[in-house]
Amino acid sequence: MEIPYTVHNRPDTGIYNAKVGIWLFLASEVMLFGGLFSAYILLRVGAEPGMWPHGWLNVTLGTINTILLALSAITTLLAWAACKVREFGKFKFFHACTILLALTFLGIKSYEYHDKLIHYEIKLNNGTFADGHLVEKSADFDLAKKTGTVTLHGRIVEDEKELMDLRAPAAQSAKLDEVTIAATDIKKMGNYGPAHNTFTAIYFTLTGLHALHILGGTLVIFYFWGPGSKMWKTDPERFTNRIEVSGLFWHFVDLVWIFLFPVLYLT
Amino acid sequence: MSESDKPVSLQSYIRLCAVVFLVVLCTTSAMIATSFSHIGDGWTLKVAIILAIAVVNAFLVAGYLMHLLSEKKLIYTVLGFTVFFFIGLMGLTLWATNGFPPGTVNH
Repeated sequence: MEIPYTVHNRPDTGIYNAKVGIWLFLASEVMLFGGLFSAYILLRVGAEPGMWPHGWLNVTLGTINTILLALSAITTLLAWAACKVREFGKFKFFHACTILLALTFLGIKSYEYHDKLIHYEIKLNNGTFADGHLVEKSADFDLAKKTGTVTLHGRIVEDEKELMDLRAPAAQSAKLDEVTIAATDIKKMGNYGPAHNTFTAIYFTLTGLHALHILGGTLVIFYFWGPGSKMWKTDPERFTNRIEVSGLFWHFVDLVWIFLFPVLYLT
Repeated sequence: MSESDKPVSLQSYIRLCAVVFLVVLCTTSAMIATSFSHIGDGWTLKVAIILAIAVVNAFLVAGYLMHLLSEKKLIYTVLGFTVFFFIGLMGLTLWATNGFPPGTVNH
């Protein structure tokens, strides 16, 4: 049985069915991300004064990722336009660019996650805080048994609030050094993973969900670039519509990042 | 007729994309500059300006790259409902920030 209106527009809607479908899906996606942005707002305004982090994320990497996604949105559109003018070679080129840009985006995101997961905050028994990136743990380090030492590249501060605003002049001028701490001096130790505080929780949730969308979109685009492109020979119009629909999803992913970047990195 | 039904010229799309990309670069730079500037006493004004710039960015992507400036009525209807519920969601969120149940520790 042939699926109706995959190529030609339905007379009543004026659009082919897949396009209606993707827009309905994107509408539901707006509400999904909207709910998480809503959670972000509530967490931020509910934070104790001075306890909402600023400057925790690398703006340079965030900017590079913004540019990569903007470029990939453009190559996606050009891939569709190349299909429309029946230039299959150019379609292949533009979509290959999209895949490479998306993989670079994910690579940078992975680096950022890794950077957070090796960044530790240690509350010491004397009430001060050691904060920095993990250099090494001694072979016998065991927090539960209170044995061994851990070395961080960072600093020790009196108050946890000093770690919140890394754009503050004091934080900018702080000297970072290697700090070795004995397990017996540690009251609590944790990395900057999702469980660290509400900021890292919502950061990992929002960007993790977004990265999953990037991954999913990349797989679909790769399929159309590779094995799925066989349809070009048999039904180029339907194939072009598929590229348009996947492109709409990709642009939506770019749209989400347009708001994620300023909300998480710049404010 | 929506944009995807019209005849396409690859060259005109390349020109359009170049313009959109340049504007996105400019708006992104403006957001970063605002973020590191000393406008206002706290973050409120800066957040408002940065989000306003982000909306301009989003308009460019949705309007030109997603062809929303020339879509069919059905798509606008779907998005109209989405905008209505999204505004409702954000409105309820902002409303909730001013009202806490009794016993809640409000910082």
